[in-house]
Amino acid sequence: MKDILQKLEDNRDAARLGGGQKRIDAQHDKGKLTARERIELLLDEGSFEEFDMFKTHRCTDFGMEKNRPYGDGVVTGWGTINGRQVYVFSQDFTVLGGSVSQTHAQKICKIMDMAVQNGAPVIGINDSGGARIQEGVDSLAGYGDVFERNIRASGVVPQISVIMGPCAGGAVYSPAMTDFIFMVKDSSYMFVTGPDVVKTVTNEQVTAEELGGAATHTKKSSVADAAFENDVEALAEVRRLVDFLPLSNREKPPVRPFFDTPTREEASLDTLIPDNPNQPYDMKELILKIADEGDFYEIQEEFAANIITGFMRLEGQTVGVVANQPMVLAGVLDIDSSRKAARFVRFCDAFEIPILTLVDVPGFLPGTGQEYRGVIKHGAKLLFAYGEATVPKVTVITRKAYGGAYVVMASKHLRADINYAWPTSEIAVMGAKGATEIIHRGDLGDEEKIAAHTKDYEDRFANPFVAAERGFIDEVIMPHSTRKRVSRAFASLRSKKQAMPWKKHDNIPL
Amino acid sequence: MFKKILIANRGEIACRVIKTARKMGIKTVAIYSDADRNALHVQMADEAVHIGPAPANQSYIVIENVMRAIRETGAEAVHPGYGFLSENSKFAAALEKEGVAFIGPPKGAIEKMGDKITSKKIAQEADVSTVPGYMGLIEDAEEAVKISSEIGYPVMIKASAGGGGKGMRIAWTDDEAREGFQSSKNEAASSFGDDRIFIEKFVTQPRHIEIQVLCDSHGNGIYLGERECSIQRRNQKVVEEAPSPFLDEETRKAMGEQAVALAHAVDYASAGTVEFIVDGEKNFYFLEMNTRLQVEHPVTELITGVDLVEQMIRVAYGEKLALSQDDVKLQGWAIENRLYAEDPYRGFLPSIGRLTRYRPPEEMASGPLMEKGKWQGEAPQGAFAMRNDTGVYEGGEISMYYDPMIAKLCTWAPSRAAAIEHMRDALDGFEIEGIGHNLPFLSAVMDHEIFIKGEMTTAFIEEQYPEGFEGVELDEEALRKIAASAAAMHRVAEIRRSRVSGRMDNHERRVGADWVVSLQGQDYAVTVEADKEGATVRFEDGKPIRVASGWTPGDQLARLTVDDGHLVLKVGKISGGFRIRSRGADLKVHVRTPRQAELASKMPEKVAPDTSKMLLCPMPGMIVKIDVEEGDEVQEGQPLCTVEAMKMENILRAEKQGTVTKINAGPGDSLAVDDVIMEFE
Repeated sequence: MKDILQKLEDNRDAARLGGGQKRIDAQHDKGKLTARERIELLLDEGSFEEFDMFKTHRCTDFGMEKNRPYGDGVVTGWGTINGRQVYVFSQDFTVLGGSVSQTHAQKICKIMDMAVQNGAPVIGINDSGGARIQEGVDSLAGYGDVFERNIRASGVVPQISVIMGPCAGGAVYSPAMTDFIFMVKDSSYMFVTGPDVVKTVTNEQVTAEELGGAATHTKKSSVADAAFENDVEALAEVRRLVDFLPLSNREKPPVRPFFDTPTREEASLDTLIPDNPNQPYDMKELILKIADEGDFYEIQEEFAANIITGFMRLEGQTVGVVANQPMVLAGVLDIDSSRKAARFVRFCDAFEIPILTLVDVPGFLPGTGQEYRGVIKHGAKLLFAYGEATVPKVTVITRKAYGGAYVVMASKHLRADINYAWPTSEIAVMGAKGATEIIHRGDLGDEEKIAAHTKDYEDRFANPFVAAERGFIDEVIMPHSTRKRVSRAFASLRSKKQAMPWKKHDNIPL
Repeated sequence: MFKKILIANRGEIACRVIKTARKMGIKTVAIYSDADRNALHVQMADEAVHIGPAPANQSYIVIENVMRAIRETGAEAVHPGYGFLSENSKFAAALEKEGVAFIGPPKGAIEKMGDKITSKKIAQEADVSTVPGYMGLIEDAEEAVKISSEIGYPVMIKASAGGGGKGMRIAWTDDEAREGFQSSKNEAASSFGDDRIFIEKFVTQPRHIEIQVLCDSHGNGIYLGERECSIQRRNQKVVEEAPSPFLDEETRKAMGEQAVALAHAVDYASAGTVEFIVDGEKNFYFLEMNTRLQVEHPVTELITGVDLVEQMIRVAYGEKLALSQDDVKLQGWAIENRLYAEDPYRGFLPSIGRLTRYRPPEEMASGPLMEKGKWQGEAPQGAFAMRNDTGVYEGGEISMYYDPMIAKLCTWAPSRAAAIEHMRDALDGFEIEGIGHNLPFLSAVMDHEIFIKGEMTTAFIEEQYPEGFEGVELDEEALRKIAASAAAMHRVAEIRRSRVSGRMDNHERRVGADWVVSLQGQDYAVTVEADKEGATVRFEDGKPIRVASGWTPGDQLARLTVDDGHLVLKVGKISGGFRIRSRGADLKVHVRTPRQAELASKMPEKVAPDTSKMLLCPMPGMIVKIDVEEGDEVQEGQPLCTVEAMKMENILRAEKQGTVTKINAGPGDSLAVDDVIMEFE
């Protein structure tokens, strides 16, 4: 009996050693942790329950039958993050380069199926050389199976991808379909075709880092949501994100004890809006002053910074925030910012996370650069996302809310629940100067007259009261009381129920 | 008494004057420029009058605009504060013409003391000690040697037209005097086109010590002790104190009496300051007289209990001084630190913008601040006072148009050591965010050995921080205290995180007791034993530190009791830990479980990119113009591009010679701080 128990221990030790000490050292030398070390950092200490530790591939081509390591290059199972259940897979680069075989894929599919059935998020740690070429189409079938699981799980449980090494070719499409992608600076990259192929096909010379490094995907392509300095920091931040997310679409977002007063007043917000309407200010200050404990988890901070997206808590409960950022391009809506915010709004709606929208928007960005690239359809994404969202929606207009962009930004007309405006709001079709030049075209030569007309228009529309008269604004509020008003608004909406007509699914302008 | 006065100033000094006027039952009128519409002094005053655009030369110092405000409001008197019109005799004359009282000295005194040469002459006539020197024209090197030896070495040989150290030599011997005269003369001729040279005594180990005088218009005058203002940066005072740790009673009396004599010589009537330079042997020499209220007057008020602004108002109204020299008793010690919106890590560059957070320590007075203008017995041991003169508030703006001073923080205590100790805590607890400021530098000075010993000279900052200020390295004891505090705080934060809803019943996360705290390149393995009152944090070597505090996650200021002492930390969030600021240090503190720490140690050290060959955007703004092209060779000081920020165009120049290799931005691009605009070779 003792021998049998010992045998289990020995096998476990062999499995835990992955590709062997030499490869583990090589992994460390690259500044990367091993698959198991990463799981240790991701989960609560001692909470990991492993599955399929002894699973091996069945390939017999190219001498593969002689190399059948335990685990087949991926570690899978479940554990807890601050006591809440999550499923996890972590590709092991030390075992056959973390390459994806049919059995490797089966391990991932198994935990994904469990996650969907049991209602818990899936976190995938990617560090893989790609398809197991020796297996041929079996490997591709494996990818396909994973993709299909990603699609099925989408909107059911949160899916998070952490790219901690190479992720190339077809492999990128699994993370691409998850809710969030995080990368590690200098040690991860993602691309559909690598630098060598790029060189052959297009004669373009580019490094892996330039083509698909963390900076590329957080700043240029928007494929990734954030990048972190190293594995340790990345996993700590994933834990922090999970604390904001519900376990599944059947659960409410989590609540945790908070040490902040919901009625906290911020007198300094009364001077946030500069006297000069063309002067920018930092919308993040408002976000941080509204949030519990000034804690904000920003998503896609480095992309389309003219709109801010991320999570905060109010009275301990998660709230998604979408806010125009006057500091960047005056907070204008364009293709990139519309796409970024639309995707965020849809995530929140899918997982019952209430949405706070902070508005200071001068309109949509004009020009051929935008029109040729389809700002009409991309802008419509955000409009659509807000309109279809049935979660509690609270909106605060701080300054400009002009034209179509006013309607887009969670206006009353899109069934937002509670719409507040600061006294500094200007809710109008456009700025006073532009409006005057159209209405009083005949007086264009006369500067004095135009100035007088502009003043008239400002007096009439550069305020929140016209909209308030019509009920498009529920209340004009003092800036210093914003946290209190918004907290109470969401509190009043906790049992909100709203349904859309039955449909198979909508047809958002993709 | 006056019914209504106008304060012809802004910022903290306007607020300070309003406070006293209010106490005296006098109504106040503020004036403000476009930039100061929402300023604190405007909010505090009973009335406020707009006097023009933001630049001071179109508003605060336009005499006609100020006169209009006086007429409109019917103010009977004007307090000018410091700077602006405070030492402008034309302004004093204009007031006199309209029968409005000037809360300051008579215009004759302002005129006489306003001219360096006249004031020195008057001082000499009044038997005030002046720096020995020869002001006449010096013919040749031999005459220079003769004069130098008469004055006594060391001497300073200076170009009349000089400035910025050019045409200036110090000579300790005849030979050096001969040589120095010639080279000064040559340099002066080539630099200024004016080769006139004069020679004066070179003061070694110079200190800047000034005497506060107070005179009425009935011929009475007293002095209220001295202020030590030796800690200066480019002639801008940074730290002041009263009394001076250097003076003895005899020197103080001699200086005080000479100062009063000088004041009488010009029929002075108001508060004024006579500045002296004092050498290592306590020889003192007259520098100049400031015919106004000084910025650093609060330290004098704190040790004498006299409200100088009140006295100025009374004197201006014609009252006799109620105080005699015998009534003036110096009690305890007061220190003033000037908080400037200057970034010490960027060569003290002025920093402007919005104060997203501004929470000064609470003002309090126990004992020393007297109401009646006289001491009521001795101040008790342990008494202390905190005073913060400021003109800003949270959400307010530090404007580019005016002096970058944010506040004057003063502490008073019975002893100098106690006043310094209170100041350290006060600085630690002073929250300013949104702009760069010199608070860490002030903390560093308060902990500097030379300052603690009171041995500073006017060269202190230059000598002690020749490369500028690069932050503070804390010693082992301080690090351990912070490590223990961070571990205790982290434990609180982690326990809270483990209480999130949606946990698996019976499988909750248990937060452990063992942690590794990493800060300033050190790792401390600790065990946190928490109890109801706080936590005992045990270090690997067995030494425990006791930490107690009411800190909860999100608090940006942690007030802790650490062992028997107290500790105030500014706490921010970073991934996996805290940003902690204390005593001038700015630390990234990571708190990890032993296993996390072990794995973290495998992470590569990332080297920040070498930015010395890049032009970084110094502020968020938009590129208006790029002046160079790739491949251009640029010289030091050559304009490279223009960035518009806050509607101001800022020209960025080459710091050294080089070749432009790459330009990453073009006109119209919006850039963030530290974005790379161009690269050099």
